[in-house]
Amino acid sequence: MTTIADVTTSGANSTRKGLSARHREWIAGYLFVLPDVLGLFVFLGVPMLLSLVLSVYEVNGFGGYNFVGAKNYIRIWHDPLFWKGARVTALYAVMLVPSLYVTGLGLALLVQQTNRFNAIMRSMFFAPNMVSLVVVALVWQFMVIDKIGVVSQAMAGLGLPSISFLGDPNFALITVVLVSVWFLMGFYMLIFLGGLQDIPKEYYEAAMIDGAGPIKRFRYVTLPLLKPTSFFVLMVSMVAAVAGAQAFDIIYVMTKGGPANSTSVLIVYIYQQAFSFGAFGYAAAMSSILVVALMIVTAIFFAVTRGGRFDHAE
Amino acid sequence: MRNNASNAYFSRSQVTMVRCLWMLIAGMLALMTLFPLLWMVSIAFKPAAESFSSSLIPESPTFDNFIYALTGVPFIRYMLNSFFVSATVTIVALFFHTMAGYALARLRFPGREIIFLAIFSTFLVSLPVVIVPLFIIVKAMGMINSYTGLIVPAIFNAFGIFLLRQYYLSLPREIEEAAVIDGAGYWRIYWSIILPLSRPMMSALAILFFLANWNSFLWPLTITSNPNLWMVQVGIANFKSQYSASWNYMMAASTIVAIPTLVLFVIFQRQIMDSLKISGLK
Repeated sequence: MTTIADVTTSGANSTRKGLSARHREWIAGYLFVLPDVLGLFVFLGVPMLLSLVLSVYEVNGFGGYNFVGAKNYIRIWHDPLFWKGARVTALYAVMLVPSLYVTGLGLALLVQQTNRFNAIMRSMFFAPNMVSLVVVALVWQFMVIDKIGVVSQAMAGLGLPSISFLGDPNFALITVVLVSVWFLMGFYMLIFLGGLQDIPKEYYEAAMIDGAGPIKRFRYVTLPLLKPTSFFVLMVSMVAAVAGAQAFDIIYVMTKGGPANSTSVLIVYIYQQAFSFGAFGYAAAMSSILVVALMIVTAIFFAVTRGGRFDHAE
Repeated sequence: MRNNASNAYFSRSQVTMVRCLWMLIAGMLALMTLFPLLWMVSIAFKPAAESFSSSLIPESPTFDNFIYALTGVPFIRYMLNSFFVSATVTIVALFFHTMAGYALARLRFPGREIIFLAIFSTFLVSLPVVIVPLFIIVKAMGMINSYTGLIVPAIFNAFGIFLLRQYYLSLPREIEEAAVIDGAGYWRIYWSIILPLSRPMMSALAILFFLANWNSFLWPLTITSNPNLWMVQVGIANFKSQYSASWNYMMAASTIVAIPTLVLFVIFQRQIMDSLKISGLK
């Protein structure tokens, strides 16, 4: 009885304000999402559109913008450093993504059981992710200094040939990939641990009754049921690798794109063009190509996995 | 589960052996993972002459490197800048994201699903990709070399909104229904019911946001040329170009920069790791 009375009073309140309850809810909804929607629009949406617009302009000597049509894109086509950057980016992604998948899943399987020892192990594997990439890059650069760095000393101690990790164009990018893996593997371990937790125990029990050993259980239970997590990990790590989310900081501190442009991933080259040479239009044109590349990567992932949906009962 | 598995094939002592071997592998890998951080701290305590000695324990430990890093360069100022910016971003972001998350999960209004999808689609857009146009927009707004320029663009990200929305969807509806019947307005429901209920999620997000901003480099590097506004990561990168051969100073500075985040991590490791685990689940 009381509820009915209360409903009528609240109804009376809203009619007094001249709005129906439904419209009040609409307005409240819009007002609540407004700050975030506006912010995301201004600081993410508009920049994405603007990079397309800017790409047909050129900054003149007075800081103004001149319309130049497709000139920036033609320049990209003939710019060997752009193609070098595209190749380095692809190489970085191709080396990084599988390494993260294997190390992330491997570590997750290693510390999967919940006990106190594993809790400590998980924290230790994840700890690098808490340190800033600038510090990470500094520390690793120090450790791999030619001949006298601790890694170089250890390799010499083991009788291995001495490598110039950051000075040799054949090794610099590999070094950047290794540092990225060290930094990120704990994060992907956590994502995989979350995925492993979701696999019902009964599936393993059933497999065991059927006489499946550890390897068969991994192959026929864990891997198939881990598909959604795998999809998430592969897509996020691929997009981050192509966009240079971690690579930028590491490369900026360790190599600045060198030696011989061997670590000049696209994002580093774009940044140099914009902020060292003031070529904002040219940089924007290259950014839009990067955005298109990212959209293609995401689209391929969604196409291959039919919209990221997985049938658990496969 | 591993344990049960082994039982089918091995005797009890073999199980213990496999287990010990497993723990040994994990322990060794974990120590290898931690080694670079330990090495950083070790060098920070070593005098310059010892920088390249291969022992992890300093022979004659010293605080000189820390004193030099803190007095030779305005590191305290950089840290205060970082603290101020990170704390402000965190508080404002949590405020906005809880509001948006609440509306997207609980209120019915036309276009809600489209708005959610639009927010969600920015999930994979990372800063480096839009850095050039973003810089131009922020410059046009007159926010270059200002705290506003450091703070405002860093507030908005889809990740927090998404996690909070999922969290609110999981709360039982009855909680607010009583308040609605009492005639409470939406703001009051948000403020006195939803916000207090979000405390666990908010504390996890607060740590993540704070850490992300403390560790961010690209945006502060791009937006500030005035050293008085430098955040700590820009400060240390610049420190490197000034003292490129003095690794003992650099490792001391690195240690100072890394310590706050590592301390936060040690205290809140459960919350941090749990909230990241959720983020992968969707």
